[in-house]
Parts: sequence; structure tokens; C-alpha cells
Amino acid sequence: MAKIAKSPWLLHYDGSSCNGCDIEVLACLTPIYDVERFGIINTGNPKHADIFLVTGGINEKNKAVVKQLYDQMPEPKVVVAVGICACNGGVFKDAYNIIGGVDKAIPVDVYVPGCAARPEAIIDGVVKALGVLDEKQKAFKKAKKTKGESK
Amino acid sequence: MAFFIAFLILFPFLAAAVQFAVKNNTLRTVTVCVSSGIIIVATVIFAAMNLSADSSGVYYFTGDNLLGSTINYLMLFIEFALMGVIIYLSFKYKKYFVALLSVVQTCFVAWLELSGNAHAHYEKGVSGYLFSDNLTLILCLMIAVVGGLICVYAVGYLKDYHHHHGSEIADRRSFFCSMLFVFLGAMFGIVFSSNLIWMYFFWEITSVVSFLLIGYTKTEEAVTNSFRALWMNLLGGVGFAAAIGFGALNLHTYNLQELVNKAVSANSEENYIFTIPLICLALAALTKSAQMPFSRWLLGAMVAPTPSSALLHSATMVKAGIYLLIRISPAMFGNGVGLTVALIGGFTFFVASVRAIIHTDAKKVLAYSTISNLGLIVACCGVGINETIWAAVFLTMFHCVSKSLLFQTVGSVEHASGSRNIEDMHGLIKRYPALATAMMIGIAGMYLAPFGMLISKWSALQAFVDAGNIILVLLLAFGSATTLFYWTKWISKLLAYAKPTVRRKDTTSPDQWVSIIGHTVIMVALCLVFPFLSGGLVTPIVNSLFGTTDFKPVLSDENLYILIIMIATIAVVIILGFIITRLVKTKKTSIYMSGIDTGDERHYVGAFDEERTMYHANWYLSDSIGTDKLINAATAVAAAGLIIGIVLTVGIALGGAL
Amino acid sequence: MFYRILSAALYILFGGVIAGFLAGLDRKFSARMQGRKGPSVLQPFYDVGKLFSKETLALNHGQFVIAFSFLLLMIATGVLFFAGVDILLVFLALSTAAMFLVFAATSSNSAMSTMGAQREMMQMLAYEPMVLITAVGFYMATTIMNGTGSFKVMDIITKSDLPVILYLPGIFVGFVFMLTIKFRKSPFDISTSHHAHQELVKGVTTDLSGRNLGMIELAHWYETTFLLGVVALFFLCNKWWSIPLAIVSTLIIYFIETIIDNVSARVKWELMVKLAWCVTIVCGGINLLVLQYIF
Repeated sequence: MAKIAKSPWLLHYDGSSCNGCDIEVLACLTPIYDVERFGIINTGNPKHADIFLVTGGINEKNKAVVKQLYDQMPEPKVVVAVGICACNGGVFKDAYNIIGGVDKAIPVDVYVPGCAARPEAIIDGVVKALGVLDEKQKAFKKAKKTKGESK
Repeated sequence: MAFFIAFLILFPFLAAAVQFAVKNNTLRTVTVCVSSGIIIVATVIFAAMNLSADSSGVYYFTGDNLLGSTINYLMLFIEFALMGVIIYLSFKYKKYFVALLSVVQTCFVAWLELSGNAHAHYEKGVSGYLFSDNLTLILCLMIAVVGGLICVYAVGYLKDYHHHHGSEIADRRSFFCSMLFVFLGAMFGIVFSSNLIWMYFFWEITSVVSFLLIGYTKTEEAVTNSFRALWMNLLGGVGFAAAIGFGALNLHTYNLQELVNKAVSANSEENYIFTIPLICLALAALTKSAQMPFSRWLLGAMVAPTPSSALLHSATMVKAGIYLLIRISPAMFGNGVGLTVALIGGFTFFVASVRAIIHTDAKKVLAYSTISNLGLIVACCGVGINETIWAAVFLTMFHCVSKSLLFQTVGSVEHASGSRNIEDMHGLIKRYPALATAMMIGIAGMYLAPFGMLISKWSALQAFVDAGNIILVLLLAFGSATTLFYWTKWISKLLAYAKPTVRRKDTTSPDQWVSIIGHTVIMVALCLVFPFLSGGLVTPIVNSLFGTTDFKPVLSDENLYILIIMIATIAVVIILGFIITRLVKTKKTSIYMSGIDTGDERHYVGAFDEERTMYHANWYLSDSIGTDKLINAATAVAAAGLIIGIVLTVGIALGGAL
Repeated sequence: MFYRILSAALYILFGGVIAGFLAGLDRKFSARMQGRKGPSVLQPFYDVGKLFSKETLALNHGQFVIAFSFLLLMIATGVLFFAGVDILLVFLALSTAAMFLVFAATSSNSAMSTMGAQREMMQMLAYEPMVLITAVGFYMATTIMNGTGSFKVMDIITKSDLPVILYLPGIFVGFVFMLTIKFRKSPFDISTSHHAHQELVKGVTTDLSGRNLGMIELAHWYETTFLLGVVALFFLCNKWWSIPLAIVSTLIIYFIETIIDNVSARVKWELMVKLAWCVTIVCGGINLLVLQYIF
């Protein structure tokens, strides 16, 4: 079976970000950083994605959205929180509408702090996420196997 | 055999009389089923006895005999009675010119007969009043089996129909059923008649019956549409009468087979005088088959209850025109008549298939698709070579069955769900799986790869190429694309797996099911026995029409067998797929709506946290192709083409004669 | 007969693999044109392998049946072509297969998916006439060259002494135009796209995932190989030199498509249909008329 880490497709979601991190995420796709060389594709679709990359914090309105997108991703999947706001709410932490980091809505696997997070940091984070993804794939296969045996 | 033919023609009229008298609903169900059963069984027996691989056709009721002339006078009497009905109704509804059309042709034919011109020929006893060959038999089977099943369907349908419409529409069910049987009798009459006057008589009956059935509801729209249908068909009738007149007075024949044979030999000597009666007959056929510029009557006819749409306006009556064209097609090869007919047909095929895209009303789509497919068949006849006739016969057969099936399923869906709008058929496969499946088989029959219509269309394309008619090739190529478009979007609506919002019971009654299942079985069976049909039935027809013995269809046997393998493969794939899905557990999820789906596939969360409804309609392109300007222009082009064709043909013929 | 079965079998075995490599080359080539390193040439195989290994989330049972039918019908289309049967039959099978992609999309109620389905139908409307005319062109060209025309792929190759493209330049141009639509290359990648950031997310495949999406991808590979086979058919004849000629020309056409993809922006569907039909009439129609009346 193919190694999932060789083909990580990515879903990018902008929470309550100031767009600083989003620009950096897009910068990763440009020729200078070229994340496609790792096989990374920005799908914009949870059903095709393996990595859920969230920028910005979670507020009352987008909590359900983030949860739904997460639920619509097929296993195995990892979540990367990019930027300090996504990690814990950042400068907006005490704002009336902000709940906090992405982990208030869904389980986060990799945190990439920074304001805004630099492309190098984002790529490092994603590459780290690939390791987690591999572990999860192994666990997923094992679960599938044992389920099959118990059947 | 003559007895059998007489029985087939007369029994439906008898059944019609019975229906007219029966007012009790239960009794009606029984009598309709019994009568339809008798007609179907009798036709099947007749066909089984007469089908042969080397049929060149047999004349019945030959020579000059007293019975023949008595029947002639009887027919004349009935024609005057029909004229009386038309005059009465057209004065009642103030459509005087319709009466004029009727009077002109009836009086002309009466003068022909009474003045003795028409009889001079029969004294020689050359040919008969009736004729039967494989083509007749195929048409008979279509009329009897499809028509009979539709009559059965009609009983259950009308019960629902009047239940739904309550007191708005007067309950004239016995009249309706009786008209259906009159129509069956008239259709048998048309296909068996060899004598043009007899054929003309039955031809007029179908026009009038169609008129009466379209006006069944007596609403203003129905009356307007029924008169439109009547005047267009009567115009064709005038053409028919003119053909008889010219044939009898100048060419000393009014026997269809004889006319065609003489015309073929005259054409080969570059004597085009026979093209004059032929173009007149072609005009009659074009109106009957709703070709442009006469296509509007068929669309208006959709106001009638569904069984009559199925029977008259798609499965059988419009095939009367096709039948006539197939008969005269050998004589249309290579002259102005053929060119005119072929181009009108090809043009109609393309334009009607484009127009079918813009409608959401299922019956309208079916009507346009009917016009479009008839156009293709007409084009095949117009080219007039053996390969195209092979395709035309198959197209006629498949179109008849699948279109009738489609009309009936649409009717039943309308009664069950309360709408016949294609948009409302969203997710029909979940709501009414059986009806939706039957409907999909009908649609598949109209255009999908391994099914009949497409095979015939394909061989038509090859035949057009062989005939060297590039214009028709282009029209067919573009028309196929638009056809693909409107059917695909219909099926995709049926297949949308939406969770039903309201569950309503499937109210389709058993007699409707008998007919729908019957049609479905016939549809699938026709596809499976295609090669045998081709070899055993259709090839002999082509041979007998063209006087050859060695015709080979353009499609090789290899291709036909590949197609059957394909049907089997698709069936296996779909069944296998269902089995695998049952075995493999798949986790269910909700649709992707940018994370704001509410889970029921019909709503999303709006910006103010409220639930908003969403709905995705199919594309109907009404902005770009839905304008009246376009259809008016197309009609004008077709009318101009037809007039130019007629003028040139007559001009060349007369020029040659002088 | 042996060769026909052999070539069909080779298609089943390698049809997908070849197109997979081409897709990898395409991505590499595009990346290099943009001054990027680009992914490995084997990337498409990693992608599809991953899709099959992942969990499959479906909306309903129908999705699997439809995706499965799409894959098998697409393979069947190619098998018929490489077995050398009637090319019209092959094209009809192709349009039947293509319809299943539309059904796969409309079985979901998602806005992106249904809109993608409508656009996919528009694409079919755009390319279908030209495809039929291509088949007719082959028939007429063989009629002129060999006396008796044939729609059979095998006859077109074995009975011609010269490549048919000599008689069908217009139709070839038209067909290559339709290839851009068929390959979902820009400017006609309107129903779904190979690239991210399209307004319909992933259009027709939006609501497919895991195994179902993998089957669709695989079907697209088989489709690509088959369509390139048709391109090759324009160059093939019964001379040995036609084989390298066909391979080289097919590759050139494929990379021309890649270049077009990279240098053009997506158009609206109206413009696509208009352009496609105009090209069909001008290139296809005139070519046919010339064949009919001049030769």
C-alpha cells in the first residue's frame, strides 16, 4: 500500500485570522517554496484532504464549520494549526467572540506558532504532520485488520 | 387471411361501440382488457402465420367486386358524416377555415369516385384493395401490442385522472376509451390499405380522432390546440387528396404499391412526372408526423390525457406518416421529393432536440423528443436507400416502445407525486424506485449505447455517409449532442439520491403496472433479440421494398453481438456493484457545503445563523436558446424550404412532361 | 485476431499505467515551466494508491455503483478501441461512460457537485459533434484511399498505405481542440480541474472520496490512453515507420495540451460551447465537404 505521506492533500481553512498566515500559506505554493515537490496539493475539499490546515482562532460562528469540515475528512487525517491565533487565540484571545485555538473545536496534531508563521515554519510543520499521518495510517490499517478478523 | 385482416380492422370498431355503450367502471375495465387482449392475440397469430423471410407481399381483395364498391360508398358516406362533424364543431368554435379545408378535400374525393374516374382502373382487376407484407406486420404488431397495452393503462389512468380533477372536467370516459379503439381500427386500416382512397379514409379518421381526444377536457387551451392539430392534419389530407386525384386522372393509378413501382421505373428513365403525387403524399406524411413547419400541433396535443399522448402522439399515429414515407421511399431516391423530405427531417431532428433542452415539463420534453426522432426517421426515408430504410424501421420500432413507456411512467408519476415537472422528479429513485427504474429504462432506450435507438441512429449515420449527404451527417452529429444533453439531465435528476421530504404512496394501479411492465419487458427483449430481428424481419422488408435479395445491413453482425455483450456487461456491472456495496461497509457522510450543511441536503446555515433552503435546478439554457425568435425563425426556414422543395419538384416534373 | 486480443489485453494491463506516467510528466513539465522543481514523476501513482488506502466516506450506496460502472465502461471503451472494432461504436460507448461521471456528481446534492455536473454536460454538448464527425472522417478518408470505406479501427490501420491525417487535417485540428475539453485542461477545465482553487472546488468529484475517487481517477487515466490512441490512429498505417511517427506525434500533442493548459485562463461555458461548435463546423464540416466533393 502506498505511503500516505507521499501524497498529502491539504485543506486550508481560514478561521478568524487577520489573513497574514493565509498569505504565508499561499506563499508556500509559489515557485520559491514549491510544496508540490512533496506531492502536496491544496484541494480545498475536506473529502479529498489528508491534512487540515487551519489559520486563525476559533469563534462562536466557525466552531461548527470547523467541526463539520473535520468530520467530512476521511481517516487517516491530521490537523495543523498555523499561526499563534490558531494555536491559542493569539492577540485576539480575550476578544468577546473568540473561544481560543483550534484545539477548542477539534484535536490538533501539530502546532506552528508565529505571527505570521513563516513559510519555512509552515513547511516544517506540514512535514512533521506527515510523520503523524504515517503513524495514523498504520493505526488505521491495524484497526481495519482487527475489525476484519473479529468479523 | 382476408378474413383475418377484416377482423383486425373491424373488431376495434366493434370494441369502440361496446365502450361507447358501457358506462359502468368495473365493466369498462373488463371489456377494455378483453378487447385489447383479443386484438393483441389476433395480431400475434396473424403475424406468426404470415411472417416469412422472403415476403414480397400479398394483395388481398383483388379485382373489381361488388363488395369493394359497396364499401367504397359506405366509406364515402362516413367521410361526409365526418365532414359534418367537423363543420358543426368548427362553426360552434368559430374556426371557419377548418370547415373549408374539410369540405374541399371530401368533395374532391367524392367527385373522383362518383364521376367514375377512380373506378376505371379497377375494372382491369390489376391489384387489390388490401396489401400485406412484413412491414405491414411489424406496424400491426406495434399498433396491437403497444396500443392494446395503452388502452389497458388508460382505464386505470382515467380513474385517477377524474379523481384528481374532480368536477372541473366532465367525465366522458366511455367516449375516451371508445375513441382509442376507433383509432386502433383506423391504424390497422391505414397499414393494410393498398388502395389510396381507403387509406385516405382511415387517414382522415385518425385526424378526427386525434382532434376529439386533444379536446377531451374542453378547456379553452384544449380547444385551441385541438383545432390547430385538426387544420394541420387536414392540410395534409388535402395533400393526400391531391395525390389521389393526380394519380387517378393523369397516371391511371391510385394503388400505393403500383404508384411506387411505376415511379421507381419512371425515375430510372428520368421521367419525373410521378414526383407530383409523391410530394403531395410526402406533405401529408410530414403533417401527420409533425415535422417542421407543422410541429406545433404535436406540442399542443400534450394537453390531452396521457394515454392519448402515448398512443396517438408518440407511439402510433405519428407513425402513420412514417409508414407512408417508408412505403414511398424507394421512389424518393435521388429526386427533389427525397431531398426535400430528407432535409426537412434532418432540420427538424436538430431544431426539436435543441428545443427539448429548454423545457421542464416532462410531457413537453417527450413531445419535442418525439418530433426530433420522427425527424430522423423522416430523413432516413427521404434519403431512400436500403440502408437508411433498415435504420428507419428499427428507429420506428424502438421509438414506439420506449416513448410509449416514457409517457406512461410520466403519467403515473404525475398522479403519484402531483407533478410532471422534471425538477420535481428530483430523487425519484428513492421515492418511487419501480417507476423511476421503468422510466430510466425508457430513457436508456431512447439514447444510451447498447439500446436500440442508438444502434439505429448509428447505422443511420453510416448510411448518410454512404449516401454522401454531408449536411445530414452534420445535422445528425449536432442533434445527437443536444439529444444526449436533455436526456442526461433528466436521468441525473431521477438519480439524485436526495432524502425524500414528503413521502407519498405510489398510487399506480395494477392495470397501469401491467402496461408499464409489459413495455419494459418488450423494450429489453427487443434489444436482446436485435440481430435476429434484423435478419428475420427487417432485412426482408428492405429486400421487398427495393426488389433486391441480398441486402446486408450497414452494421456487421460482429457489431451487433458486441452490443449484446455490452448490454450484458452493463447489467452485470450494475448488479455486481450493488452486491459489493452491500458487502463493503461504507461510512456515511453529509454533503460538502463549505462546512455549513445542516445535514438534510436541502438547507444550509446562512450568515445570520438561520436555516436557508437551497435548490439546484438543471440547466435549461432558456436565455440563449429559449427565445421565441429562434423557433419562429426555424419554422420560417422549414416552411420556406418545404415550399421551395414543392415548387421545384413540381416545376421539374411538369417541365419534363412538357 | 491474436493481435487484436493482445493489444486489448495490453491496454487493460498498461493503459492506466501509461497515462499515469504521462500525468506525472505533465506535472513535472508544468512545474519546470513555472520555475519549480515539481513533484516526482511517480506522484500520480502515489496519489491514486493513497486514495485506495484511505477510508471511503460516501453519501449513499449509489456512488460506488456509479463510480465502478464509470471505470469499467471506460476500460470497456478502450478495450473495444484497441481490439480494433468499429470506431463509431467505440465513441458511443465513450459517451455512455462519460454520462456516469455526470450521474456520480448529481447523486450528491452539493452545490459544487451539481453545478459541476451541469458543466460536465455542457462539455459533452461541446465535444460530442466533433467526435462523431471524426469517426465519419476516418470512414471517408479510407473510402478515398482504399476504395471501400471502413469504420473499423483495424481496417483503418492495416488497409491504408498512408496515414489518414493527410486527408483529415481539419478534423485532426478539431479533434485536438476537443481533447483539451476531454483532458480537462485549461481553458476548458470548467467542470473539474487538475489544479486547486477552482470556483467549484473539485466540481463533479467534490463529494467522492477514498476508493470512489480513486476509481474515477483511474478511469480518467484509461480515458487518456484511449484518446491518445485515437490521436495515434490519425498517423498509423500499414508501414513500419508509421509506428514511431504515431508515438512521437501523440507525445507532441500531449505536451502541446500541457502548454495550452499552462498559458491559458479558464473560459465561461458559453464561450466554450460556441468555440467548440464553430471549430467543429469550420474544421470538421469543411474537411468533410472537401472529402465529399473534391476527391
